[in-house]
Amino acid sequence: MRWLLLKDLQILRRSPLQAFLLIAYPVLLAILVGFAISRDPAKPRVAFLNEVPSGARVSVGQAELPSVNVDQRICQRVECVHVSNRDEAEEKVRSGDVLAALVLPADLVDQINSLSTPTPGTPKVEVIVNEEDPVKAQLVDDRISSLLAQANLVIARRIANEGGKFLNLILNGGSFEVIGQSVEILGLQSSAQILQVLRRSLPPPDRESLDQVIRFTILARNNLDVGAVLISRLTQPIAVDKQVVSEPTPPLDIFAIAVAATLTLTFVTVLLVAGSLALEREENAFSRLTRGLVSRAALLAEKIGLGMAIGLVVTLLMLAGVQLFVSLEWSRFGLWLVAILAGAGGLAAAGAALGAAAREVRAVSLLAFMVSLPIALLSLVPSGAVGPALYDAIEVITALFPIKPTLDAMTAALNPAGPGMAGPLLHLAALIVGYGLIARFALRRFTAV
Amino acid sequence: MEGSATAALEARGLVKRYGDREALRGVDFAADRGELLALIGPNGAGKTTLLSILAGISRPDEGKVHLPRGEVGWVPQQAALYRRLTVEENLLLFARLEKHEDPRASVEEMLELTGLGDRRQEIVARLSGGNQQRINIAIGLLSRPVALLLDEPSVGLDPRQRARLWEFVAVLAATGTTVIFSTHDIQEAERYGQRLLVLADGEDLFQGTPEALRNAVRREAPEAANSDFETAFVAYLHHRGH
Repeated sequence: MRWLLLKDLQILRRSPLQAFLLIAYPVLLAILVGFAISRDPAKPRVAFLNEVPSGARVSVGQAELPSVNVDQRICQRVECVHVSNRDEAEEKVRSGDVLAALVLPADLVDQINSLSTPTPGTPKVEVIVNEEDPVKAQLVDDRISSLLAQANLVIARRIANEGGKFLNLILNGGSFEVIGQSVEILGLQSSAQILQVLRRSLPPPDRESLDQVIRFTILARNNLDVGAVLISRLTQPIAVDKQVVSEPTPPLDIFAIAVAATLTLTFVTVLLVAGSLALEREENAFSRLTRGLVSRAALLAEKIGLGMAIGLVVTLLMLAGVQLFVSLEWSRFGLWLVAILAGAGGLAAAGAALGAAAREVRAVSLLAFMVSLPIALLSLVPSGAVGPALYDAIEVITALFPIKPTLDAMTAALNPAGPGMAGPLLHLAALIVGYGLIARFALRRFTAV
Repeated sequence: MEGSATAALEARGLVKRYGDREALRGVDFAADRGELLALIGPNGAGKTTLLSILAGISRPDEGKVHLPRGEVGWVPQQAALYRRLTVEENLLLFARLEKHEDPRASVEEMLELTGLGDRRQEIVARLSGGNQQRINIAIGLLSRPVALLLDEPSVGLDPRQRARLWEFVAVLAATGTTVIFSTHDIQEAERYGQRLLVLADGEDLFQGTPEALRNAVRREAPEAANSDFETAFVAYLHHRGH
């Protein structure tokens, strides 16, 4: 068997394009994954036009709220491209230079201020978008909804804050500005104290009426205390209490590395083993080999061994590449080896079954790619992303191919806080046996002269 | 069953069926040591089926193949070697798989026999069809067979390459290897086959020398007796209902 393995490695060495792809693929994947998980998510470019006059303030009652610094707040969340007029903003959106344009009209603050008058207006901001494709449209809608919700929240908090100050003034007294003049407010607490003092100097028959006023001030003070809490709650009436019922999910960067490693292992191993087995037939060597030189089972074992060896080297190469961007726990190296070898074994057995199904290397390669790619994508579909019946079907399909259990094994091997590897390894062992038997059975077709 | 004492290879009552179709219908023959036996017949006659049974690649439904001693070398119609390996690497691989004590010495022997010693480092894909066929045959000889089975060995070769191939095969036969080859080329069978085995629809129609076949044509299809060998052969098949 070792001579066949040597022969396959010699053939691989003689195929520069194939050898280059085997090295280039994991390196490229490592660079892409490394960049993706080591950088902050990119901010969308948005053209921004603020026509609100500087110094305009939102008022509550007679008081003006402090500046909320709209420009800074918005430009923290998106990459602002400042424009000087609406036409320029529209042109930038049309040309695709920016994802969308946000225009704050000159009367925005006036409209907000009108909300507390008998004739309230409708404050509006203008958003210009180019929904040339549905994904982009969805992205823009999500960003706008998020920005609008945050803007409303900021304004609500400011108003609640100012409202709370007025309530406090009524409760405890103090001073506030009205048209440039300071006005002193006595407050309920001081009023009650003054009334208590006055009460002592009044004859008992007159005290009853004053007692009613004192009770009212105490009652009002207590209820307005509750009111202040209620006003502050209005800004965020519903709080989120998140309960995680599943096992702890792996950190996103660990999961991304596991996905990259699994995809590398999948395409390298399945394509290599399927192609290598089909090559025996394409070169007419299968009949010659199996005429007593090598048993069919030994030939299959050699191909699976080849896939495992190359898959291991290429995947480790990819992980070493990722290490340049993200720190990996090399203390778990032993578990990586187990996961990679088990995954490669399952994928190689599946590759052998595919390789035995077609006559030509090119047809086999195409078949292997057409099978692997959709199953790899299906393996990444999370529960809840599709309907329950469809998800059940996806689970069945992905359980029949070794990509999903390989991903689970890789995730467990890379994640110190993750679940154990026993389940995925048992699953892979079953698939190795199953696909090995299918491949052995399919090799009978190779014998036909 | 017991074979004849002098035969290198003997087949008795070989029957092979593919579903309802009988590819071989009780074929009997024997080939002596150093004999060149040509298998001829129209397409679908059962030539490749017979060779694959003799090679042990497929099993007969009835009948037996008897090999008094040694191995049978198998050379399929399409060169069964690795085109991305060199001449030497191919020979070395199969010598190792044959578990030769000194594989490198066997490689040297085959390079000498094929006359390709100076091209040992060349990738097989870059060799001519004729040279690829010589390597193909050399690999078949690595098992040191008493009988070599060649399935249409000259297909796709130009006349010069064909002549070299038959020169090479003649040397093998002269050194005692029994060579059984199938061919569509009747002139080639007449020229290089010491004995002919004619198959049609799986039936063994004739066994004997080319001259004996001519005599059979004279008897059974006298109108073609003076034609060339191929025309006479076609007339013979027609007369026998094929």
